[in-house]
Amino acid sequence: MTMIHDPLSEEAASRIIRAASASSATLEIRGGGTRTLLPGPAGRDVLSSAGLSGIVAYNPAEMTMTAKSGTPLDEVAAALAERRQMLSFEPLDLRPVLGTGGIPTIGGVFATNASGPRRFVAGAARDSLLGVRFVNGTGEVVKAGGRVMKNVTGLDLTKLLAGSRGTLAFLTEVTFRLLPVPETAATIVVSGLNDAEAAAAMATAMSMSVEVSGAAHLPESVCGRFVGGRLPDGAATVLRLEGLAASVAVRAEKLQAALASFGAISSLSAEETALLWREIRDVHPYADGTARPLWRVSVAPTAGHQLVAALRLETGVDAYFDWQGGLVWLRMEADPEAELVRRYIKALGGGHATLMRAAPTVLAATSVLQPQAEAIELLSARIKEKFDPAGIFSGASAGEA
Amino acid sequence: MEQIGFLPPKSAVLSRRSEIVEDLLDLLPEGCLVHEPRALVPFETDAFVSYRRVPLAVALPETTAQVAAVLKYCHRYGIPVVPRGAGTSLSGGAIPQEDAVVLGLSKMSRILEVDYANRTATVQAGVTNLAISDAVSADGYFYAPDPSSQLACTIGGNIGMNSGGAHCLKYGVTTNNLLGVKMVLVDGTVIELGGKALDAPGLDLLGLLCGSEGQLGVVTEATVRLIAKPEGARPVLFGFDSSEEAGACVADIIGAGIIPVAIEFMDKPAIEICEAFAQAGYPMDVEALLIVEVEGSEAEMDGMLESIITIARRHGVKVVKESQSATQAALIWKGRKSAFGATGRIADYICMDGTVPLSQLSNVLRGTAEIVARHGLRVANVFHAGDGNMHPLILFNANDPEDAARAEAAGNEILKLCVDAGGCLTGEHGVGIEKRDLMRHQYSEADLVQQMGVRAAFDPQWILNPSKVFPLEGRPAA
Repeated sequence: MTMIHDPLSEEAASRIIRAASASSATLEIRGGGTRTLLPGPAGRDVLSSAGLSGIVAYNPAEMTMTAKSGTPLDEVAAALAERRQMLSFEPLDLRPVLGTGGIPTIGGVFATNASGPRRFVAGAARDSLLGVRFVNGTGEVVKAGGRVMKNVTGLDLTKLLAGSRGTLAFLTEVTFRLLPVPETAATIVVSGLNDAEAAAAMATAMSMSVEVSGAAHLPESVCGRFVGGRLPDGAATVLRLEGLAASVAVRAEKLQAALASFGAISSLSAEETALLWREIRDVHPYADGTARPLWRVSVAPTAGHQLVAALRLETGVDAYFDWQGGLVWLRMEADPEAELVRRYIKALGGGHATLMRAAPTVLAATSVLQPQAEAIELLSARIKEKFDPAGIFSGASAGEA
Repeated sequence: MEQIGFLPPKSAVLSRRSEIVEDLLDLLPEGCLVHEPRALVPFETDAFVSYRRVPLAVALPETTAQVAAVLKYCHRYGIPVVPRGAGTSLSGGAIPQEDAVVLGLSKMSRILEVDYANRTATVQAGVTNLAISDAVSADGYFYAPDPSSQLACTIGGNIGMNSGGAHCLKYGVTTNNLLGVKMVLVDGTVIELGGKALDAPGLDLLGLLCGSEGQLGVVTEATVRLIAKPEGARPVLFGFDSSEEAGACVADIIGAGIIPVAIEFMDKPAIEICEAFAQAGYPMDVEALLIVEVEGSEAEMDGMLESIITIARRHGVKVVKESQSATQAALIWKGRKSAFGATGRIADYICMDGTVPLSQLSNVLRGTAEIVARHGLRVANVFHAGDGNMHPLILFNANDPEDAARAEAAGNEILKLCVDAGGCLTGEHGVGIEKRDLMRHQYSEADLVQQMGVRAAFDPQWILNPSKVFPLEGRPAA
């Protein structure tokens, strides 16, 4: 029978881990369980961060916060909103598209390096993470990093823990940097571009000194699903500007002038902008209650549309693009076609694909995470052994956090 | 000044010196191995000149394959390897040891590809930091991290130390601007991490590599992020009657949600030194100076400056001076970036690099002054205030061993003060040998054991830059 361990302190977590180590048991580390890609084997014990909750320190003047790993993301967001600050990397909420319940935690955000549209200019969750505390597989409580922006004191284990999906250690506390919420935001919409034209338009926008903070292309097949269908007809290539109102207005004018030759231009209000980018972030068009295979593909920005064009010739796919084209949300009509998707990614200069969703039997038969070069797999295994020599956390498929 | 120890040279390596040189000559093209005693002298130290060790030989490979061949050979025979970029480390990160082969990347200095559509540049590790920005500047782009030594320092060295610079307040340090590397592991295996995609699968080995001080492998190529240049940039000088007021002003600017591109701090001794060198027009009748750089369109810069000036007035700012021309702006930065070199013209100095939370800036400045005065020395402070990265320059006379010992003792006390204030030993210069023996002040035994374990996963024999970063005692058995 599955036992859920819910320690209320680092010391308690350490005791649980030591006991598991002594009895050769395995533990599935879990935050809110909203980002789990592949359920672990039934009956395995769970080590939950739910009991480690609460903001430990919030210093708005230094733009840093320390929170226990199980703190609900909503609680963090609410505290930040009061002081008009935010997580610059826009952590995405996977519940709608994965159909998971539960409450996203701040630890889960960092453990999966969950990052949204602003990632391509402002960095990912890992770039905002300044320090961590964790319990490793031998039950030792370890700290890494700190609470200052610049720190090159010893090896950067903080980066290693970010995105490690519960395979190295049990995060107990995270310290991260914040940014002020921009005064206002607007979105410039270029309508009617095909995927290749959109890539060119986005590259043009990014070559300008207007500080675009979101660049996405929403092909005609998905466009109607955004902002309650209020985007103009045809595909929408959308560019977000943020900052002081006067400055956003000036930059919007420049951007519109530069993109006028690509297609019809319109713009969205600050409220519509907030909704649009939240929907782009949370994969809204594919939150359709189905288990149709969904890939999250990360490639060079100019390779995204080429990948989708190549796949279209061979199989049924639908897709939209964030990060200037470098993040592709790719939904397959039927089979995940893992081999095909990964072969084309490699042919187009490299990157990786994560199978975010599929029917359980399909998931179990597919490499959810991108396999890596043998030398890197070996190295990663040796690193993991230094955190978790007994393999307590290794029963987890790497898809969990 | 000779207090920091190195690992004792391996006699088994030293006794085979001529054989090793012969073997390396076979592995490398002509002109790629330095081994004559006199020719080795330039490689005996880096910018942390108090310590010197002549290496066994210096390999200067031209290709990744040659780097791999040298590493594979040294790995086989347990010969220490010290990677070296331009040798500008301020913490002794590139100082070799008698039994080590220095692996210098200076011949690998080509820019391999510039890709504007994806905003990336792929370069060899020996390319200088500034060469990247220079190569793309005419097309409207730049590479953001800008350490003061950017004219000389290499991207490989920047990755090793996770280098920052004045402008990383807005754009981040090396780790935030690095997309991928080709690197050689200690046994000669060549791997690639990341690439033009924004994130890589699996564990974040690229993030781990940044700032690992040449202990995990040798980077031979890097893909970095390019950014479109801002429409305009303007440094503005703010003079204050006290360092405390200037420090408090910095915390209030950031606290108000304003993030300029750079906020640099100089105290009176630093102002005098830099002004004498650069004639940048720094105000001389103030105790502390902030250089605040804003960027964007003229209107945007005006708007942001107005808010900053309002905050500065609350802190009794005495002088506000905007640069009147591109030439003057360049001089303002020249003065700041020459601070270390200009200081070196008037005295010997050691440069500290602790980082503290912004709320502690004033306290730590005061504490620094007290510590240095107690040791009977002088200090000039010039640093990246916006992110709390302090650089007290402790002035001393290197010809007087007692003076030198006092400077080192004062430096250690200052770094401990930074850690105790919630900060860290080093923000961007690295631990090297300089701060190695202070690591236990910042980290517990469990913290260090975990880091050393990860290090050993890459280099079980501890041959890569082995005398650095981790205290010599208490290491795991190789």
